Amino acid sequence: MQVPAPFEYERATSVDHALALLERHGPEARLIAGGHSLLPMMKLRLARPEMLIDINDLSDLDYIKLDRGEIAIGAMARHAAILDSPLLAEHYRIFREAEKVIADPIVRNRGTIGGSFCQADPSEDLSAVGSALRAKMVIRSSSGTRTVAAREFHDGPYQTMVGPSEILVEIRVPIRPGSGSAYEKVERRAGDWAIAAAGTFVQLSGDNVADCGIGITAVGADHFACAAAEDFLIGKPATVENFAAAAQICHDAVAPQSDQRGPADYKRHLARELTSRALNRSAARARGEDV
Amino acid sequence: MQVTMTVNGEEFTREVEPRMLLVHFLRDDLGLTGTHWGCDTSNCGVCTVQIDGQPVKSCTILAAMAAGHEIRTIEGLEQNGTLDPVQQGFMQEHGLQCGFCTPGVMMTARWLLDKNPDPDTETIRECISGNICRCTGYENIVRAIRWAAEHPATEGASA
Amino acid sequence: MTVTEDRPLSPAGNPMGFGRMIRKEDVRFLRGKGNFVDDVNLPGMLHGAVLRSPYAHARIVSIDTSAAEAHPKVKAVITGKILEGLKLAWMPTLSMDVQSVLCTDKVRFQGQEVAFVVAEDRYAARDALELIEVEYEPLPTVYDARKALDADAPIIRDDLEGRTDNKIYDWEAGDKAKCDEVFASAEVVVKQSMIYPRVHPAPMETCGAVASMDKVTGQLTIWTTTQAPHAHRTLYALVAGLPEHKIRVISPDIGGGFGNKVGIYPGYVCAIVGSIVTGKPVKWMEDRSENLMSTSFARDYHMDGEIAATKDGKILGLRVNVLADHGAFNGVAQPTKYPAGFFHIFTGSYDYSAAHCNVRAVYTNKAPGGVAYACSFRITEAVYLVERMVDCLAFELKMDPAELRMKNLLRPEQFPYTTPTGWEYDSGDYPRALKEAMRIAGYDDLRKEQVAKRANGEMMGIGLSFFTEGVGAGPRKHMDILGLGMADGCELRLHPTGKAQLRISVQSQGQGHETTFAQIVAQELGIPPEDIEVIHGDTDNTPFGLGTYGSRSTPVSGAAAAVVARRVKDKAKLIASAALECSVDDLEWEQGRWFVKGDPEKGKTIQELAFAAHGNLELPEGVEGHLDASVVYDPPNLTYPFGAYICVVDVDKGTGHVKVRRFIAVDDCGPRINPMIVEGQIHGGLADGIGMALMEVMAFDENGNHLGGSFMDYLLPTSMECPSWELGETVTPSPHHPIGVKGVGESATVGSPPAVVNAVLDALQIRHAEMPLTPAAVWRAIQDNPISRPDLAIE
Repeated sequence: MQVPAPFEYERATSVDHALALLERHGPEARLIAGGHSLLPMMKLRLARPEMLIDINDLSDLDYIKLDRGEIAIGAMARHAAILDSPLLAEHYRIFREAEKVIADPIVRNRGTIGGSFCQADPSEDLSAVGSALRAKMVIRSSSGTRTVAAREFHDGPYQTMVGPSEILVEIRVPIRPGSGSAYEKVERRAGDWAIAAAGTFVQLSGDNVADCGIGITAVGADHFACAAAEDFLIGKPATVENFAAAAQICHDAVAPQSDQRGPADYKRHLARELTSRALNRSAARARGEDV
Repeated sequence: MQVTMTVNGEEFTREVEPRMLLVHFLRDDLGLTGTHWGCDTSNCGVCTVQIDGQPVKSCTILAAMAAGHEIRTIEGLEQNGTLDPVQQGFMQEHGLQCGFCTPGVMMTARWLLDKNPDPDTETIRECISGNICRCTGYENIVRAIRWAAEHPATEGASA
Repeated sequence: MTVTEDRPLSPAGNPMGFGRMIRKEDVRFLRGKGNFVDDVNLPGMLHGAVLRSPYAHARIVSIDTSAAEAHPKVKAVITGKILEGLKLAWMPTLSMDVQSVLCTDKVRFQGQEVAFVVAEDRYAARDALELIEVEYEPLPTVYDARKALDADAPIIRDDLEGRTDNKIYDWEAGDKAKCDEVFASAEVVVKQSMIYPRVHPAPMETCGAVASMDKVTGQLTIWTTTQAPHAHRTLYALVAGLPEHKIRVISPDIGGGFGNKVGIYPGYVCAIVGSIVTGKPVKWMEDRSENLMSTSFARDYHMDGEIAATKDGKILGLRVNVLADHGAFNGVAQPTKYPAGFFHIFTGSYDYSAAHCNVRAVYTNKAPGGVAYACSFRITEAVYLVERMVDCLAFELKMDPAELRMKNLLRPEQFPYTTPTGWEYDSGDYPRALKEAMRIAGYDDLRKEQVAKRANGEMMGIGLSFFTEGVGAGPRKHMDILGLGMADGCELRLHPTGKAQLRISVQSQGQGHETTFAQIVAQELGIPPEDIEVIHGDTDNTPFGLGTYGSRSTPVSGAAAAVVARRVKDKAKLIASAALECSVDDLEWEQGRWFVKGDPEKGKTIQELAFAAHGNLELPEGVEGHLDASVVYDPPNLTYPFGAYICVVDVDKGTGHVKVRRFIAVDDCGPRINPMIVEGQIHGGLADGIGMALMEVMAFDENGNHLGGSFMDYLLPTSMECPSWELGETVTPSPHHPIGVKGVGESATVGSPPAVVNAVLDALQIRHAEMPLTPAAVWRAIQDNPISRPDLAIE
């Protein structure tokens, strides 16, 4: 069996403690939460941190709650908790739909939302959800807290704006009354990474799109989003035709790479197909339909 | 480093390297070889054990991370000499062939039944989707878990 | 009609013979008390790890092991150079080729073994691998079998004298002239090329070994993941020059085999050498990537088929040219006479007389192997070919594929039937099986539903396959592996109290031998199955035989068990005549007991006779006492199980995603010893079919990089892709097998892939597309821009 190279290990007892450890050990230290992305990389010796800081005891970061008109999700919230959260189900069905197709139930017991965002895999599902909902990422360091838009959080594949002595502590999502959301993913098999996936929300004002968000993953979309398609839709009637046109914009905007999950033309097609499906279901939900 | 954890109700303290994977700690240090391993990437679920009542893939968690927690392995499924209904179900419905993935999927099944005593087959299939089996085509595993649901434990047999 | 007799149950509630019985082996597996190779832990045991090549084709310029040797926990570093000194750098393969154990000249596939580290623990062994410095000079690769014989293709096997190309062999079967004649005059000829891509059996337990050499006694004990412990023992004797009587191979519990654990891998030899060098037991277990990248793959057949027929759908002939990718060493495990395995059974289940195949095998820069994954010596490829070709014909003739099959299936009165390529099918009633599958499926209603769905723009597909398997290799005059005839021994010993031990030569990897073999003896002798211990997987304690693969356990070893029980019964009869003071001719058998004809009260149970055989009874002349027997069973023919499968799928037109809605499998494997176990085996094989048809593939890029080297990339079906299987059965006993059984272990793996593929293509209304039918492949097929080379990197 593959095993990681040697490292030091310490368990953080608080966010401040974790930050102090990060500062003390420098860039060769890594935080570990669920570990389902980091440990396989370490076993392949593609990642070789000298220090692992275990943040699993930071239960004060494990929450999903309403906070000042927004939904606040602690970075240590596990996938399983997000999947089962009645609060998220009430406001954003996209979370449940995305979580249901992330890995498998056992992995979801360990994996965290913070870990998913910080791993920044270009095929990650929650990154598309975060971009679709225009979430805000709350990052802490010893000098204070800063907020970064989800759409500015990623700095290329496996790269984020979280600095070596910082911790992502919270993901905040505004509540949008009268909206609906959905997630559409195609995978080769249950539990696989997305060939492509799209998540959207649509907020209606009468028959028109008042606001919307489009997140896309695994197809090389800029910041997991497609702002041009959103701009196209906002203010227009929420029709199948307009959603198709917006989806076509996504199709043209993404930059997928061929790999064994599928050729680029297929992924580009999926960006359109899945965005269109997600937008239609989001709008239907916004209208109160049970889809 | 020193780690202490409770495994199947018994407390163990051992000196380990920080990089020691939980699956190796259980198998090599504690001799609990009922937990197997089948991949390196947390895809197959053969190494599934329970931590604080939840199934996890023990190839993708460090022994150090498990310290201070309650671990339950296949060796702890039988209680007071009585097979857990899940074990009985696997026997009755022929839910195992080579027996290699069996401990892992049974630990997942126990968790499922603890939170949902009467799951339908679709729920069962979804729940065990992280446990790969090459022998059974899953059909009899699903039936085994249904059997366990229909024959719940006698007192004390499935804590 | 599995249990035909209404017999009382045994004291433990088991059937006194055939019937559904809870498995004896479950008690240990359910408690985590199995004993798999990685569970073996010996005092002082060291751990080995293999350094593997990152290149598919590269000359080794230098290897520097000094830093690894300096690691405080490292006990030995073994390279090809060291093995050369021991004459162990190369080992024979099962196909009369040689394979590098540790590389001495150049690496020929990515993942090839380069060096072996022995250390105090498995973590240190892995660390030390990183300390070995190897300088490689990369060479161009042969990553595409279709380019292996190009004039400018690099020569892979320059170690073999006189090699000027990458061809391994050309082999043919059938009557070419007759076939050409039939094709030339046929009303309809349909041609179709197809690839059965390289896949991997991927048992959940990887391969490994614990080798322990006792330098004082010269005794070598190897606990290893082998499906063929006796064959391995002989091969170790031949490879390593060790005396065979000092080698003991123990195959403990095995976590699935599927053909992956038939061959001998370099790692096993390295563990042995490691133990010889260090004087300590050495354990080596592959990780999953090593398993997928270096051990026995399956298939990799590029097939150009042609089927000839009349306009109204009478099949006249089938021919095929096959390009077989054997990887860097010809390491195929199959009977010597048959370099393409049993592929020439490709005429399938139909009645026509013209058939011809040519198989050309080539070396490529890929791992060796080739017969694995429950393939019945390449019958999987053969069945895929014929069942796809029949569907292609149906497509062109616009005929219902069920009707076309029914029109051409062999008829019951034609058995025993000699095929155009020389197989003698023992028995069958094919139309009955197909009708039964169609009945269970509700075939006509499904077709009606399909019409309605199509009118709605929805894609629903119904796929059929009909397979004939040939299992139980085999008659020793025709079949051997490396000169070892494929007959199997069996020993039965009754203890004085009537409890029995049955020693068998085959080995279980999950098939439940400890149960079914006890049931065979119970059926024959009337001893309760719980009183019969089945001993297997230890060469010191079992008779010689070639092991478990090719669905041969029941057809060969199961026959041996029945025959050995009959011998014991015959011996018991002699003892009974002495005990009952009557003539042998006056004795009559009822299950478990000899009694005097006409005086049923006067008799002796088999248990009483066992005691008498060990007691002071005066025995008849020629009877030496004790109640035991041994046999070697040489099968007169293969057995030919068959079946009809129907798969129903729904395809999402917009995404190409395939959902298998239903799968109906009617299998005829003769009488079922334990129907529960038989059904379980079928279930597993059906899941394999879903895997191969929809997701499993090992592709290679132009540098020979393996693109499926972990379970993140090599996908196996989960519970979510598998429907609830619907099984049916018909029973046609084998006329030549002592208990009529035919074997079933690989039937479903052989028969199911074409049913799934045919269903998807039926949904798409397209003649052909290549496996695996991933969402991308299906969508591309719908766009009329198919992924034609699933074996290469997707571009």
